[in-house]
Amino acid sequence: MHKIETKNVNFFYGENHALHDISLAMKANTITALIGPSGCGKSTYLRLLNRMNDLIDGTRLEGEILIDGENIYDKNTNAYDLRKNVGMVFQKPNPFPKSIFENVAYGLKVNGITDKAVIEERVHTSIQQVALWDEVKDKLKKSAFELSGGQQQRLCIARALAVQPSVLLMDEPTSALDPISTSKIEELLFELKNKYTIVIVTHNMQQAARASDNTAFFYMGRLIEMDKTKTIFTKPNQKQTEDYITGRFG
Amino acid sequence: MLSSAATSIIVVLIVFFLFMEGAGVFTKKPIEDGFLLAVSPSNPVKKLEPSQIKDIFDQKITNWKEVGGKDEPIVLFRTSDISTYYTDEELGENFEFFPAKINELISKQPGIIAFFSDKYKAENFSGRELEINKIKVFEFLSGEEWFPTAQPIAQMGVKPLIYGTLWVSLGAILIALPIGLAAAIFLSEIARKKVRNLVKPLIELLAGIPSVVYGFFGLVVIVPLIQSTFNLPVGETGLAGSVVLAIMALPTIITLSEDAMRNTPRAMKEASLALGASQWQTIYKVVIPHSASGITAGAILGIGRAIGETMAVLMVTGNAAVIPHTLLEPVRTIPATIAAELGEAPNGGLHYEALFALGCILFIITFGINLLVELVSSKQKHKKH
Repeated sequence: MHKIETKNVNFFYGENHALHDISLAMKANTITALIGPSGCGKSTYLRLLNRMNDLIDGTRLEGEILIDGENIYDKNTNAYDLRKNVGMVFQKPNPFPKSIFENVAYGLKVNGITDKAVIEERVHTSIQQVALWDEVKDKLKKSAFELSGGQQQRLCIARALAVQPSVLLMDEPTSALDPISTSKIEELLFELKNKYTIVIVTHNMQQAARASDNTAFFYMGRLIEMDKTKTIFTKPNQKQTEDYITGRFG
Repeated sequence: MLSSAATSIIVVLIVFFLFMEGAGVFTKKPIEDGFLLAVSPSNPVKKLEPSQIKDIFDQKITNWKEVGGKDEPIVLFRTSDISTYYTDEELGENFEFFPAKINELISKQPGIIAFFSDKYKAENFSGRELEINKIKVFEFLSGEEWFPTAQPIAQMGVKPLIYGTLWVSLGAILIALPIGLAAAIFLSEIARKKVRNLVKPLIELLAGIPSVVYGFFGLVVIVPLIQSTFNLPVGETGLAGSVVLAIMALPTIITLSEDAMRNTPRAMKEASLALGASQWQTIYKVVIPHSASGITAGAILGIGRAIGETMAVLMVTGNAAVIPHTLLEPVRTIPATIAAELGEAPNGGLHYEALFALGCILFIITFGINLLVELVSSKQKHKKH
């Protein structure tokens, strides 16, 4: 069974038809990269997977999105429970104006975990998972804003991991970071793959080629093609894909 | 640079003159100009406190031994009492024998205390003019009676006025803050754009209504409502003042808090929601902490308006200078007192200066509150970053 499955999804911002008939599937414990020029709908698609677009007035969805075989847009699906299972990391590091510890503990606390020992344990493991522990272990009480951009982004990943999701959505997570921080996060992706299904939106062709198992190319709100990353980058089926990855447009 | 220096100088000057005038009340005798209190020359009591004089004339003190004199009943004498001692013929057609008769009376009655005008003081006055202590700062603040025009001695106790001001303001802020915050949360986080675009200008319009109009509204709507709801003899109570002030403070609180809440970065809210937090958790844990300084600013300005507001309060609180025990009693606030009495107080007199001293107290209260809030919010900021 596929972990995430999208069937004939059409999505509208008011009158604007943003996604046209998207059908694709992702297996568990894989990394799927979504590529395409700006405005092609890849971020919109990503935000459908944890119902983040619900927050925008006047949006409408047709079709089905299944995670673990369940339609996440079903009336009986609770968006808050869904988001616990589907973590998200944003384009710019967006820690809360709280301490490093509190940032990671936030998701646990809002989900009703009050046992201090459990919280502490999860915070420590999550920070270790993102290889940030050695850098912050002495200043967990300090404000998250004292960290560098790359550290903040890893903290945001730790924050998402702390609530123990099974899917991790990443919306251009390294676009605001320097090359060294970027490579640290890419290394991290390989390790996280064992436990999580990862969907990553990226503008960086090399990143998609390096870090992902599968790649989906979006253009003008349509899914042009999706295949193994190797195939997409060596012998794509579609002319448009080839033009894009070879840098002829976009 | 120049304009801000000029502004600062003007502010300092205003405060300086306020305090200079206000200090006058502590340097003057608390007896009306042109009047005197006299006792028999044989009376050993030389000096009295203003409150003792009041008690004597209220007949709460009836014997000189209670104020450190001989065991001798006190005989009160006001100018109008003269007819009980002398006939009109004895006083003369134009009261020309008045001074002599007072003189005679004072020497005859060992227990007398006489209050009369300077112009009836005989040239060979045989009585002894009583010395009156000046009002002390402590008495001024802790005195429970405010009768600035009482005779023979003015009662300048501002405690009921301070209490009235604080009660009404506290009530107003207790009403306005929760409602204001709720409205701000609704407008910034819950309402659709159309609703917000309609409601927000309306709320801002409320800030532009003159306070007298609020007073009318209070008098016509809120006062009768309170009277019938609580089954009171009069509806003009501290609560009516609080409600009117709360309505007046709402636009400030709502506008400032809502602006601050809307400034919460979208990324921060999305981060919270993406972790499975509900909308309320996000508001409570992310939006409100992030906008705390804006909310505090709104609350300070709201309180500031409540404490300093004059006209609307004057119209609906009933203005009884009595220490209130509940908000359902008439109260009198400092600004209302100043506004109502300044026109009647003789320029430069004791009453006039007492009103300035009230202004000083008001200034100190608002200054203290601003300072406190500033301290609290700067501490919070320190903690946050």
